Amino acid sequence: MRRTPQHTPRASEITPLDVYLDRRRLLAGLAGGLLGLAAPTTLRASQLRFTKNARLSTREAPNSFDDITTYNNFYEFGTDKDDPARLGGSFRPTPWSVAIAGEAEVTGKFTLEDILKPHPLEERIYRLRCVEAWSMVIPWIGIPLGDLLKRFRPTSRAKYVAFKTVMRPSEMPGQRYPVLDWPYLEGLRIDEAMHPLTILAVGLYGQTLPNQNGAPLRLVVPWKYGFKSIKSIVEIRFTERQPPTSWNISAPGEYGFYANVNPEVDHPRWSQAKERRIGGGVFSARQPTLMFNGYADQVAGLYRGMDLSRNY
Amino acid sequence: MRRYLRPATFVLCLLPLAWLIARAFGVAGTSLGANPIDELQDRTGDWALRLLLITLCITPLVVTLRKPWLLALRRMLGLFAFAYLCLHFLNWLVLDQWLDLRAILADIAKRPYITVGFAAFLMLVPLAVTSTAGWMRRLGRRWHQLHRLIYPAAILGCVHFWWQVKADWREPLVYALVLALLLGWRVRRARIRRSAAAVPAR
Repeated sequence: MRRTPQHTPRASEITPLDVYLDRRRLLAGLAGGLLGLAAPTTLRASQLRFTKNARLSTREAPNSFDDITTYNNFYEFGTDKDDPARLGGSFRPTPWSVAIAGEAEVTGKFTLEDILKPHPLEERIYRLRCVEAWSMVIPWIGIPLGDLLKRFRPTSRAKYVAFKTVMRPSEMPGQRYPVLDWPYLEGLRIDEAMHPLTILAVGLYGQTLPNQNGAPLRLVVPWKYGFKSIKSIVEIRFTERQPPTSWNISAPGEYGFYANVNPEVDHPRWSQAKERRIGGGVFSARQPTLMFNGYADQVAGLYRGMDLSRNY
Repeated sequence: MRRYLRPATFVLCLLPLAWLIARAFGVAGTSLGANPIDELQDRTGDWALRLLLITLCITPLVVTLRKPWLLALRRMLGLFAFAYLCLHFLNWLVLDQWLDLRAILADIAKRPYITVGFAAFLMLVPLAVTSTAGWMRRLGRRWHQLHRLIYPAAILGCVHFWWQVKADWREPLVYALVLALLLGWRVRRARIRRSAAAVPAR
């Protein structure tokens, strides 16, 4: 039976995610405030409670918080790398709700709190490889996407999962120009979405996501180029057909649906064989890019028998 | 006033470089950001193209404003454009590619945006070399012919920028429009001159 869409609560009725996620910390912060110690940013970026998932984390050293939060591709805020950090300030990630739609038994609109409630947060330190041939290591805080999707009981017709970013030109200046066909769309095959490495992130470095990194909820698929990891998600839709994706619409000869990191398949305009790890300064050499961004052992099986130079 | 024009231009042209150096050394809390090599690559490229277009502004300004003394700036601006282009090219060879000759040659051959960028650089080398008074004298009329290479070089410069943008074409479009305006002015002038010089047929 399908659930009818819930009524959307008023903004004032919703407990902000960060408050919800860590009331104790907030209380501690307030107590500190009484002592004159509270940082003014307590509410804006609050600490999250999580466990570390060492098994699925890389041992490489993470990039600095500064690098991760000032060098971003988030065209909704602008196309320069520093635009998201500079222009993301007026974006309001709370309250937030996500529509679950399509080929599933349970659909409707849910508050972010409802979406996250049953899932313990874990830290996953992942490599992130941008299609522009640079990379970072990021300690995400999130939940396995598959665990979440199962709650909505996708039907046998659910072959793909489509994601949509919020459309808010008043808060996202980049959306005022048709650089891409807004809103941003992404998609995964259902087995990719259910893969244990695929997560929905709500934080990094133990704190709630900064706006420029896709607050309050973003996808992270570490074996695919960064543009697959869609930010500020407002809709998750189960579909029977392969859903349209923004960069593929923009330049189908350059960005495919799969977008798996692959050093052997070059972008038509530049090589993907090597990457520059951010944070090495002026004298850092490029390092070789690994097949599936180094996650081949876990994910190569998903693509057995596929011609990866055609399904790029 | 005019006395200070050349030294002032010289200093102005050095400012972008000074700013990059200051940021590289973190002066006053500045930095080149998370990806300093790409930042150097992009900013030196910006200024090479900007100064090339500014150089191409001089002749139209001299003619339309009838200020021949502006001509004294043209060589300096052109050489600064070339200097920024050299930094752009060297940054790519050394910091970006670590002088990996095989990768460099492969990129020049396989990546159209690098091919055209490299071609523009090659075109500007002889212009920089023959920019001295001695070479102008020795080459005479041919000097002017040779220095028309700046036109294809500027076109390739704009194409080089255009071809590496992922989706936001606004910035390369501005450069391309400015160049189209500057070249259009020259085409129009050449036509007017030709028709003025044409002897009426019999």
